[in-house]
Amino acid sequence: MSDTAGGNAPKPSSSVKLVLLGEAAVGKSSLVLRFVNNDFQENKEPTIGAAFLTQKCTLPTRTIKFEIWDTAGQERFASLAPMYYRNAQAALVVYDVTKPSSLTKAKHWVAELQRQASPGIVIALVGNKLDLTNDGGESAGGSRSTPLEHGSGEAEDEEEEEEANDVGGGELPDSGDARKVSTREASSYAEEEGLLFFETSAKLGTNVVDVFTAIANAIPESSLKTGRGTAGAGQTSLGNRSTEDARVNLGDRNAATAKEGCAC
Amino acid sequence: MTAPRSASASPASADWSAASSQDATASPASKTNVANHDTALGEIRPPLPPRPTTLSLLNDETAARNVGLQAEATTAVSHAEIETLAPEPSGSTYSALAVRNLSDGLKAKASLSHLASARGSETADSASIRSSIQNSDPGDVEVLFKDFAPTVPDNHMDTKSLLHYPECAADDIGEIEFAEEFEPVGELDETAANEDLLLQRWKSKRKHFLIISAAGKPIWTRHGDGGLISTYVGVVQTIISFYEDSNDHLRSFTAGDTKFVILTRGPLYLVAISRMLENDNQLRLQLEALYMQILSTLTLPSLTHLFSVRPSTDLKRPLQGSETLLSSLADSFTRGSPSTLLSALESLKLRKVHRQAINNALLKTKSKNLLYGLVVAGGRLVSVVRPKKHSLHPGDLQLIFNMIFEADGIKAGGGESWVPVCLPGFNSSGYLYMYVSFLKLSADTDDHEDIVKDESVAVVLISPAKESFYEMQGMRDSLVEQMEKNGSMQVVAASIDQGRPATTDIVPGTVLHHFMYKSRANVQFTMSEYSPEFKSIARKRRLMSAYNNIHSSIHAKNSQIKVHYCVSKSASTFAWVTPIFELYCVAEPNANRKALIQGASRIAQWAQREEERLFIVGGAVSGSDSSSESTTGRIDDSTGLLKPKKSSGCINLITDLLRDASRSNYPQAFVWMSLAPPEISKHLDNDNAAGPILKGQTCGERVTTSLSETQ
Repeated sequence: MSDTAGGNAPKPSSSVKLVLLGEAAVGKSSLVLRFVNNDFQENKEPTIGAAFLTQKCTLPTRTIKFEIWDTAGQERFASLAPMYYRNAQAALVVYDVTKPSSLTKAKHWVAELQRQASPGIVIALVGNKLDLTNDGGESAGGSRSTPLEHGSGEAEDEEEEEEANDVGGGELPDSGDARKVSTREASSYAEEEGLLFFETSAKLGTNVVDVFTAIANAIPESSLKTGRGTAGAGQTSLGNRSTEDARVNLGDRNAATAKEGCAC
Repeated sequence: MTAPRSASASPASADWSAASSQDATASPASKTNVANHDTALGEIRPPLPPRPTTLSLLNDETAARNVGLQAEATTAVSHAEIETLAPEPSGSTYSALAVRNLSDGLKAKASLSHLASARGSETADSASIRSSIQNSDPGDVEVLFKDFAPTVPDNHMDTKSLLHYPECAADDIGEIEFAEEFEPVGELDETAANEDLLLQRWKSKRKHFLIISAAGKPIWTRHGDGGLISTYVGVVQTIISFYEDSNDHLRSFTAGDTKFVILTRGPLYLVAISRMLENDNQLRLQLEALYMQILSTLTLPSLTHLFSVRPSTDLKRPLQGSETLLSSLADSFTRGSPSTLLSALESLKLRKVHRQAINNALLKTKSKNLLYGLVVAGGRLVSVVRPKKHSLHPGDLQLIFNMIFEADGIKAGGGESWVPVCLPGFNSSGYLYMYVSFLKLSADTDDHEDIVKDESVAVVLISPAKESFYEMQGMRDSLVEQMEKNGSMQVVAASIDQGRPATTDIVPGTVLHHFMYKSRANVQFTMSEYSPEFKSIARKRRLMSAYNNIHSSIHAKNSQIKVHYCVSKSASTFAWVTPIFELYCVAEPNANRKALIQGASRIAQWAQREEERLFIVGGAVSGSDSSSESTTGRIDDSTGLLKPKKSSGCINLITDLLRDASRSNYPQAFVWMSLAPPEISKHLDNDNAAGPILKGQTCGERVTTSLSETQ
């Protein structure tokens, strides 16, 4: 994971705005709860509106403070989503491995993010509720690391190319246990779109921290500097104006970074 | 069979001895008789468990479903009592009735349903009161009081005797059974083999709420899902639309001891089905609150639009995720909600200067886009900042409190929330955006520790601007900073720790066990501590039923009763309504009436004296001339419902008199009672739900005397 660390001598701390999107009841809040509090609640009540939480993530070379927007998955809140993903540097698009329709919804979110969010946004596709499948949390770790490597390498580079890509709902294979979405299907989709990909269990804690660590690593250095600015401005800003400005700046710089990366 | 029978007989007769001393217009002989009987039992029976629900009553309840069980346990009970009563030559219609029942061969059932509960009676409310009163003619009441008052000093009953008997059959349950009321009925399995079991569970619920569309689609049900109970939903829908078709709106009906209340709102039918002691109006208020919750989720225009485009719209989908809000609201009604009953809010008791400090902090930190700012401690309002021209609707606040404190959606998330919400009382046509953040009161509590509901403090900032989250977050930060600086945090924490006062804290040695006092002008109420007596949900439910009952009597349509005193087997309740306040109190069934009224009077005095601590008067008003406004402004003047009712003629004159009197001097308010006996008694006659009431001349005199003693 040291590839993204670059040559950063001190251990700076920076803020990253991250948004969770996905169909209702796929486990977005549970993932956050596991990450932030290392806790899990059965039968958690649905999120209303959106919740804002923060959590630090320490990498070998720097500390990242995640400012997490955990949004409600219900249809009627969808119109509010742009407010949360605008100027976000990272997004977790979550689906439920036992519910094919949730992957379709996830694909829609990915498409929307690629169309409308900041160009530099790091997107992770996360299949949750791994505990309900036969492979449970056991074999998950190994199989996940490969797509992760792919994803993290390509995430920044492919973003712009993928923008125009329209994502249709793929075929949804049906295996024996509660799993209804195969790892292969989702991971190949993630690879196509240049997304990080994980399968997690918020209940067991499988891969949850890994997702956030991978995102932290995948966020380009330059974006982090602006990210800190954005977050700072966001927190103290008194109104839409400054937030809007920050968004524009962020977009511009990210775009530039991505191009530089390509050139190298 | 002998063992359980005797065990069950013992508690019932022990209580009955107390009850009978009021019910039967007991001659001295009968009293002795009862006492002897009691002592005899006391010697041979093992000590009773402290459970309020007696075994025999429980058996009676289960007997509703299982007839075989009932006769065994309960015959003994009623038989013993009838033996005690039967030889009495007194004019008590009650004992006569009991004997008659005995001879009818219906001894167990008939007498017990009179004794313990009104199960099976068509008039679930106040039935237990009626059972003790209805049959005695009004003249008896006075004698009755005289008789049992002196027994108070050597009364061996401990506090458990209060509300020992349930006010209605549905309350006649233990803690576990009542907890089951809130359990889900479960899911149908694939073959629907468990359908009967689920339906049985569904039917055993004491209270149901259904919301269906005019087209007959189930939208939300508190218990059971649409598939399981579709036939019942169909029946309800058919009944309602039958009346709707002939343009005759069905408002309520009763079947057995179950009350059905229907509220039609635009394209929605809201139905409450309750076996609890609640009247139509109280249930209707609850349905209104559920309707407001739906509006709060969807807004009125979008609700109307959905159904105007497609009358068969399935509203389940747009409401997805808000079911838990409806359910927690419904459950709070099932548990008993003083706030809904009184249509008022509760505030945290704070010294005036302390509240002012928080108000000032709110005003000082108020940001541009803020509409309302609230500091709320476990459902109790601490401080409010509001624009000059807007007041807050209690119904809106109830929705907010329900969302924040009752439903887990926000609190369990941890962190801060940003919630689009429509406040229908404020404006039903659009969304506002609500920032919610829970505060850490003491530094040592861990960030993630579960906070008890009553102790959690939330800052709620409401803005019309969708994008102002960070602005509100900034305001919260500076508000918290301010509050920490001026010590408000500690003050709030201390007040929460202190809890509500017990009745004995206010009036030492009072016979009152609980009270609720509503300040009408402030649309707020205060009450005494639930614990330890009413801490458990089943005990609290009984308390609320007692309040429901007396509230419904004193607010009965066309009655303009101002004072209502009611003795049932389980409790003495007292309600006193003036244009300034409403006071409801509960005492033991055999409490001395003088003492009770003295206590009530003292509590009313206390509440008026402490008004500025107990209630938020005006709150912080943002705007240029806030100083003048805050002294006159009220939290809510807009709800006509809460304004004093228009009264006429003699009563009008009297209320004016009373208003002046009650401001300064309570005893005069009672004196008024003796001034207006004909008027009062006229109303009493109209009020058929009323139990024994302080009546006319006699009561006026009595009360006046008692008060002159106090002075």
